[in-house]
Order: sequence, then structure tokens, then C-alpha cells
Amino acid sequence: MPTKLLLNNEHIPGINTLQVYRNNGGYASVEKALKQMTPEAIVEEVKISGLRGRGGAGFPTGMKWSFLAKPAGVPRYLVCNADESEPGTFKDRYLMEKIPHLLVEGMITSSYALGCNTAYIYIRGEYFYVSRILENAIAEAYAAGYLGSNILGTGYNLNLYVQVGGGAYICGEETALLESLEGKRGNPRIKPPFPAIAGLYGCPTVVNNVETIAAVVPIVNNGGEAYSKIGIGKSTGTKLISASGHINKPGVYEIELGIPVEEFIYSDSYCGGIRNGKQLKAVVAGGSSVPVLPTELILKTAAGQPRLMSYESLSEGGFQTGTMLGSGGFIVMDEDTSIVKNLYTFTRFYHHESCGQCSPCREGTGWMEKIMHKILDGHGTLKDVDLLWDIQSKIEGKTICPLGEAAAWPVAAAIRHFRHEFEAYVMQPSSIKDVKHYYRLNNIEPIPA
Amino acid sequence: MPKVTIDGFSIDVPEGTTILQASRILATEGKMPDAHVPPAMCYYTKLKTSGGYCRTCIVKVSKGSEKDPRPMPKPVPSCRQTVMDGMEVQNLTAPDLLEARAGVVEFLLINHPLDCPICDQAGECHLQDLSYENGNAGTRYEFARRTFDMIDIGDKIKLHMNRCILCYRCVKTAEQITDGRVHGVISRGDHAEISTYIEQAIDNDFSGNVIDVCPVGALTDRTFRFKSRVWFTKPMDAHRKCDKCCGKTAVWLSGNDVLRVTARKDKFGEVEDWICNECRYDKKQIGDWTIEGPRKIERHSVISQNHYESLRQLKVDISNQKKLLEVAHVADIKQN
Repeated sequence: MPTKLLLNNEHIPGINTLQVYRNNGGYASVEKALKQMTPEAIVEEVKISGLRGRGGAGFPTGMKWSFLAKPAGVPRYLVCNADESEPGTFKDRYLMEKIPHLLVEGMITSSYALGCNTAYIYIRGEYFYVSRILENAIAEAYAAGYLGSNILGTGYNLNLYVQVGGGAYICGEETALLESLEGKRGNPRIKPPFPAIAGLYGCPTVVNNVETIAAVVPIVNNGGEAYSKIGIGKSTGTKLISASGHINKPGVYEIELGIPVEEFIYSDSYCGGIRNGKQLKAVVAGGSSVPVLPTELILKTAAGQPRLMSYESLSEGGFQTGTMLGSGGFIVMDEDTSIVKNLYTFTRFYHHESCGQCSPCREGTGWMEKIMHKILDGHGTLKDVDLLWDIQSKIEGKTICPLGEAAAWPVAAAIRHFRHEFEAYVMQPSSIKDVKHYYRLNNIEPIPA
Repeated sequence: MPKVTIDGFSIDVPEGTTILQASRILATEGKMPDAHVPPAMCYYTKLKTSGGYCRTCIVKVSKGSEKDPRPMPKPVPSCRQTVMDGMEVQNLTAPDLLEARAGVVEFLLINHPLDCPICDQAGECHLQDLSYENGNAGTRYEFARRTFDMIDIGDKIKLHMNRCILCYRCVKTAEQITDGRVHGVISRGDHAEISTYIEQAIDNDFSGNVIDVCPVGALTDRTFRFKSRVWFTKPMDAHRKCDKCCGKTAVWLSGNDVLRVTARKDKFGEVEDWICNECRYDKKQIGDWTIEGPRKIERHSVISQNHYESLRQLKVDISNQKKLLEVAHVADIKQN
């Protein structure tokens, strides 16, 4: 039985209410943290646990917390990033919908550790019904004395607010999120200064993903030491993976970091194999912006080692032969999938979501979408494939925020690993209904080794 | 005082100076040829929080600082990156950076209409200079360019959104030097556009300055539109007594007609002092102004053709250029 720390109580009916949640050990971390621990001790525990940011970048959370500036007389803020907009990722929604109190509990404990008296949950507009669930949970927590002034008689005050965003992908970027939270246009800020120095309303701010904050609860309950024993190497603990695509059992799975990718795809306790008995073709391992990998590279690294679900193993080999764990949006594609069509969808998405602040991303994403559209219409040329490659290389690393890279990486990876498919679309546009057809027509192996 | 080296030219600058400012100081003091100053389309010294958007001023930092000599992994925007002691910056000396910058120029141009022959900004357009100096010939873009309708912002300013490169300078100007902001960006991505609140006129004594800060022909002066090409006009330094602004302007003459009035701009295209709308739009008689003399125009500009302020000045210019060439030569030898 794999260890579950976040979703272990998800099956209990009524777990979204405070009463049931508390009967199953809920809010123990608040009691423990506020009554027995100092804020510094909690930060230390989080450091020991080796918890890494679950939003995508994988930055050590304890380190991020210790960077928080603490000038006297200036308020500090904790902001929970629930603007989960990465295509293929839906773990936070699941968590908030099923066990909203876990997030509220994590927010209280984390705010105490950081010395914040005001905390925000910034949730994306499309999750409007989830915001209702959260608001109910927060109201219950206020009534039970876990929020408000003088929490549990310890003299600690905390106000927690839910703010619904407009549903823009860019507002998942932490500085754009802060701008949006301040009521401005959701454009990313230029860093430095980082939010830990000047964030929300110019005050020191920590922005953490929903899952990261929820993971603080088991860390405080069981200690950082116990948490760090789960997982592998520097990838400690458990991770929620949103599995989607052509698999038998799509859904949210809590895994111990370090299980083999092959096991995750084919084991019955997880994805349960490819549906309709098809072959695996490619996997996008961490949400739409991370590089896509073909079967032979996702199951085994270039060195022949089995690839594991961990930050290190997935990124082994750099972007030449590796990818990233990202936010855990695990998109599986079977042999019938056209990577070119898939890439068109991604480029259309990034074109639609670019904020328009800096030029490479604003103009480049639209250009890439137009070229992809041209190729799919059967008017592409081989030059267009090279042009796509050139455009993505001109966007990557030249933008203010990581959205530019997020738009460039999928294009780069699709061309790097599936160039033959683009060429197929370009060379024989009239005869191709789908890519598999092209393979059969030309008597070649579906996935070249 | 941190010491920074840009393309082999070193200078000590105060703490908190950006790379761009440091290179401008070098160029102003004559220690470095102007060509080594990174081009800036969105940064404007007088406007707070401007810069960082257009990405044309990116430079390569080959040595972070004396303490941490690692190079920076990505190109950095020189207008926002402050210098650290011992920092080494490459601009013209890094071929990969020039290619990256050419990419940015290409991005800026794919949706630009390139209607320079009918654009009033032609001849003093920063985008023209930028693409000529840093871009590639020709374009690889073959799709329809995005288009917008032209908007009149009041009776004096024309917004030609097709030409806009979204540098946000006018937004910052409207925010910072005029009170009551009615001017901003709507929509997202490549359909973002500068707009006023339901085409409301900007009604403010200093609103005309958005024309001066615009690096392209997106915001033009309706009292000057289609009157003349700028290189057919004679720019003169002039002043008048004005109780709203400094009154020091450049007037652009054709014969004895004042075709337009702008603020005085330095060689990096930034205004020296804001001027008020009264000076800009209403004082169009030669008698309104005290003419000081011909305005010095940089020799690389098309406006300077046939404008010799004096023969002596021409000689000074040429000897300066010779001197700089020698300096550049010495720096090259030092580097190799």
C-alpha cells in the first residue's frame, strides 16, 4: 500500500465538513504548531523535510520561507497560488474540492510559521464553485476558532481570504498573481525584487502552491524527518499527479516520489495501462509546458536506467533526452495521436494566454500558432519546421516571466523528437488523414528508435 | 563605486546604476562609441518603472561580479539590471547576443505595418533606427498583420495602434506626469492595445508629452500630421516665457512657418524637460518664440542632412569620431 499523506481521507463521506475532518485527525497540526512550536522551529522542520514547491519549479520550500524578509513594522503575507491553469493539471482542484480543510489547515500553520496575520487564497475564475467550497470551509474554521483573532487562545491572529481571479493563465505566475490580487492588470513584474522582499502591496510575501501548503500539515504532524524518508534522493514526500489522456484510469493519484514511470502508467493501482490495448507513443510528464518525450525516453533514460517519477530522474539528460516533473500534469498519448495536432493545440493555448507585455512572447506565440495552422492545413513547407525551431529559440530565455519558456519548450521538444511527423505533414499533405496512416503507407516503424 | 566593463570599456558608476545608464555615461563622456550603447525602445529615464518590456536592450553578462564571477545564464535587460562591482558585459562583441537581438527586432516588426513612407515619425523613428542597426534584411513572416482602427485621443493626438510596439511609455507618462489616469492597455497578448476609457479625450496640460515619448509613429501630433517630412524641416532651439512649463522647446520650421513644436530630445531620444500643451499646440507663430539657433542633430540622423550648424562643429564631430575609432581599436587589441 503506497503511503498517502494528503489524500488518505478522501473517501470518507463528509470530509469536506469541519466536524468529520476534525474527527479524522484534522487541525492537529494547528494545535501542535501554535501551542508547542515556535515559528522558527516549523520553518526548520520544513527545511529538514526537503519539501519542494509543487507548482512546477520545484524550489525547496524551506529555503523560500527562510528568504522572507522580516523588517519590523511591515506586514508579511502568505498567498496561496490556487490559479491552477496549466493544461493537464487538475490536482489542486481535486484537493480543494474534496478536502478544503486540509488547505485551510495548511494556510494557518504556514502563516504562523511565517508570521503573517493576513493570508490569501488566489483561485482561478473557472474554479468558481471551488471558491464556494473553500469559503464554506473558512467560515466553519472561523466559527470553530481556528481563524480570526486570538486563535485557540494563543494570541495569534490570522485572517484568511479567498480571491477569485479572472481565469488567466498568466496569473499563475507569482508576480502576475500579486498584481492581479492588488487589483491591477495581471502582468508579471520584473524581478528582482523578488516577492520575498517586495511582494503584495510592496511587503514581503511568500507565494506557494496549494499542494505545497497542504504538505506542510503532515510535515508538522509527523516531523520533517519522517517526511524526508518518503521518496527518493532530493525528491522527498508524496506528489499528486493528474493523469490524463489515453489511459484506462485517468484521475488524480498520490504517489511516493521515485516510483518508476513504467509502473505508474501500467500498474493497476495507478493509470492501468493504455486504453483499448494500444501502444504508448509519447508522454508530457508535467503539464503542457514541459517537453514531450517519446516512449523509449520516458520509460528509460538515455543511459538505459529506468526513469522514475522524481524531479531528478525526469530531468536527467537535460532537454535533449529528458523533461521535467513540473506541476505533475501527466498527459499520456497513444499511438494514434498526432503530435503535430497536439502541438497546434498547445501553441494556440499559449498564443491566447500571452499577456502581451514583452515582445518575444507576445509576437512569437502568435507567429508559432499561425505556422502550425498552416502546416495542419497542408500548406506547410520544410522551411516552416526550421522556422518554428528558430522562433522558439528566439523566445526562450528572452522574456520577463517563464511563460515565454513554457511556450517555447513544447515546440522545441516536439520538433526534436518527432521531426519526422512534421515532415510527413509537410511532404504529403494530401494523402495523410492521420500520422499512423502515413506510417503504414510508407512501411516504417511507428516510433523510430 | 562598482566598476563595470562594457565591451572592454570600463567605468566606475554609483551603486544602483543600470548597465544601460552606465553605457550611456560612457558614451556621453566620449569614452565609448555610441554604437556600443544598447538600444532601448521602452526604457525612459524620466519615467519610473519603465523598461524591461521590449527586450531590445538585452546584453550578455559574461562575468557577474568580482565576488561571483559566474556568467549570467540568460541575456539580461540592461535597462533593469543594476551593475555589480567587476561586472563584465558584452554587447556588440557577442555574436550570439546580436542574433538574439535580431530575433527581438524581427518579433517587433512582424505586426508592424512598415508604412514608413506615409508615417509622420519616419526619419526620427527609433524602430527604424533599431531595425536598420540590429535587424535582418527581409522578413520571414508571411501572414496577415494584426490591424486596429485608428483612434482620435482628443482633437490633438492620433493613436495609430497598428504601429504600436507596446512599450508602455505613454501609459507611464499618463500615469506619472498627468493626473487622473484615463489611458492604459486593454486586451491581452498580440491583441493588447493602448486605449483610453471609451475613447475619452485626455484632457490635461501635459498630455501632449505622450507624443514625444512614443518611439514609433503610434501617437502623432494632429496639428502636424502630413504637413511635412521631418527631414525637410529646420529644427531650431527656441524658448518663450511659459508659466506652466520650462518653455524650452525645439520648433520645427519650414521657411518662417512653425510646423510643430516638440520638447528637446537628447541623443538617446529622451526629452530633456516636459513641455505643456499650450507651447506644443497653440504657439504656431514664429513671433511666439525666441529662436536661439539651429538645433544640434546627431550626424547619423537623416534629419541632419544639409544641416551644418557650423563648419567648426563639423570638424569637431569628425575628429571626435576618429578619436573614438582609435579608442575602439585599442580596446579590441586589449581584448584579444
